[in-house]
Amino acid sequence: MSKAPKKFDNDPSTTGHEWDGIEEFNNPLPRWWLWVFYATIVWGIGYTIAYPAWPGISNATAGVMGWSTRAIIAADLKEAEDKLAPINAKLEAAELTEIASDPELGPYAVSAGSAVFKTWCAQCHGSGAAGAKGYPNLLDNDWLWGGDIEAIYTTISHGIRNEDDDDARYSEMPAFGELLEKEEIDQVVNFVMSLSGEAPDPSLVAAGAVVYEDNCSACHMEDGTGDREQGAPNLVDAIWLYGGDYDTLKETVTYSRYGVMPPWSRDASSAGRLTEAQVRAVSAYVHQLGGGE
Amino acid sequence: MAILDKHKILETNATLLLVCSFLVVTIGGIVQIAPLFWLENTIEDVEGMRPYTPLELAGREIYIREGCYVCHSQMIRPMRDEVERYGHYSLAAESKYDHPFQWGSKRTGPDLARVGGRYSDDWHVDHLRDPQAVVPESVMPKYGFLENAKIDGKYIGDLMSTQALLGVPYTEEMVINAQADFAAQADPDSDYDGLLERYGEDSVVVRNFDGQSYLTEADALIAYLQMLGTLVDFSTFTPVASR
Repeated sequence: MSKAPKKFDNDPSTTGHEWDGIEEFNNPLPRWWLWVFYATIVWGIGYTIAYPAWPGISNATAGVMGWSTRAIIAADLKEAEDKLAPINAKLEAAELTEIASDPELGPYAVSAGSAVFKTWCAQCHGSGAAGAKGYPNLLDNDWLWGGDIEAIYTTISHGIRNEDDDDARYSEMPAFGELLEKEEIDQVVNFVMSLSGEAPDPSLVAAGAVVYEDNCSACHMEDGTGDREQGAPNLVDAIWLYGGDYDTLKETVTYSRYGVMPPWSRDASSAGRLTEAQVRAVSAYVHQLGGGE
Repeated sequence: MAILDKHKILETNATLLLVCSFLVVTIGGIVQIAPLFWLENTIEDVEGMRPYTPLELAGREIYIREGCYVCHSQMIRPMRDEVERYGHYSLAAESKYDHPFQWGSKRTGPDLARVGGRYSDDWHVDHLRDPQAVVPESVMPKYGFLENAKIDGKYIGDLMSTQALLGVPYTEEMVINAQADFAAQADPDSDYDGLLERYGEDSVVVRNFDGQSYLTEADALIAYLQMLGTLVDFSTFTPVASR
């Protein structure tokens, strides 16, 4: 057994425990600590009275502060909405064609539209709007459904070939693999390539022109310049949505394409996510990117 | 010192200490958790919720298997920035048929609680195959193999029975027709009336999701993604502010 520790006259009393000769002083807790401890208990009780806390039979207490997450987010949203309400009202009332030239609305629409674009549009059309295979480049002069602001506005509002909006732009290219012979597809692909450059097999171009005339010209027009009423692409401008090489074109003609864009206007469809002001702003933004007509 | 003396009994008896500690923790747990099962302000019935269709449920299993939840949350928090980016904040009721829920805890990628209908099916195919092809900034891995993994929904009925045990209201009829409904949802040329009747005409989307003639895991996953957050119509539903 170890040696018993020295004891002094002014030692505080001990707790009475003793383990292997070791005893514990019964020192009082520091005064400041004790009072902070009591204060937290009082604060804890006050907190449960102020905020929703105690469960009851059918409801929990609501708290005297009336605090609610949903009320706070609703107020936050409303505050932001109210700040923009005057200019958004002007934006909604303005003629689409006059937004760009308006000294107040023009810059507002473009910067608000840019924010909308980066949130909702960039995933398909790219954050710089240059598009990707199957998702149109919005910087160039080539438009499938029209490049003036009204056409852009309609496209954004209702989308393309979606099932959520009855007013969505719609057209459907047939899958010519089921309608034409393989040789005919080969010929027409060569012809289409010759419209904007060189056909890999020039000997097939003449025959392809006949196939084109019979099957394609109704939508893509006799001269291949396309038809925006039907979203039929221009085939002579060497700008390709899916690709202009032989293999891709053959795939396009054989299986067709069916690009879908969701509707964005809340007013047009329950699937829409943007307010009228946001749709107008992003239309103005896209219109001024470079290709707007 | 009497109470301290009694405490000594606890302190010198490990088993008793364990049992008593457990009792104390249990009381704490019951007080905190149990009321959530009956309090009106924690339970909200929301119109439009329905159980997942067999194909969506399979897609959800793939979502879990591939660990999508590690990078994607499904929980739009009630804050202005989140609501403006993702849409209406998530309601508890929107995950009521999720066992387990997919709220997640980390966002390397964006929240997916309302991704349904936000992109086209083609976009999902392109994006799963090569995320960087459509979003160059993305760090998401490629999931192109899903397009090649054929599935037939052979065991989906069993999964639905298990989910029914957990409280999802799958009827016997739904379970019996599970495999047929599974195939019907990805085939617009099939007879899918039964599927719509069982799960809801307005909320079930029948499409060839991956564009291939046969059923693959990509079909299931895209079917699941395309319905996420679409069941509650927020143009008609206003959440009660006091909840």
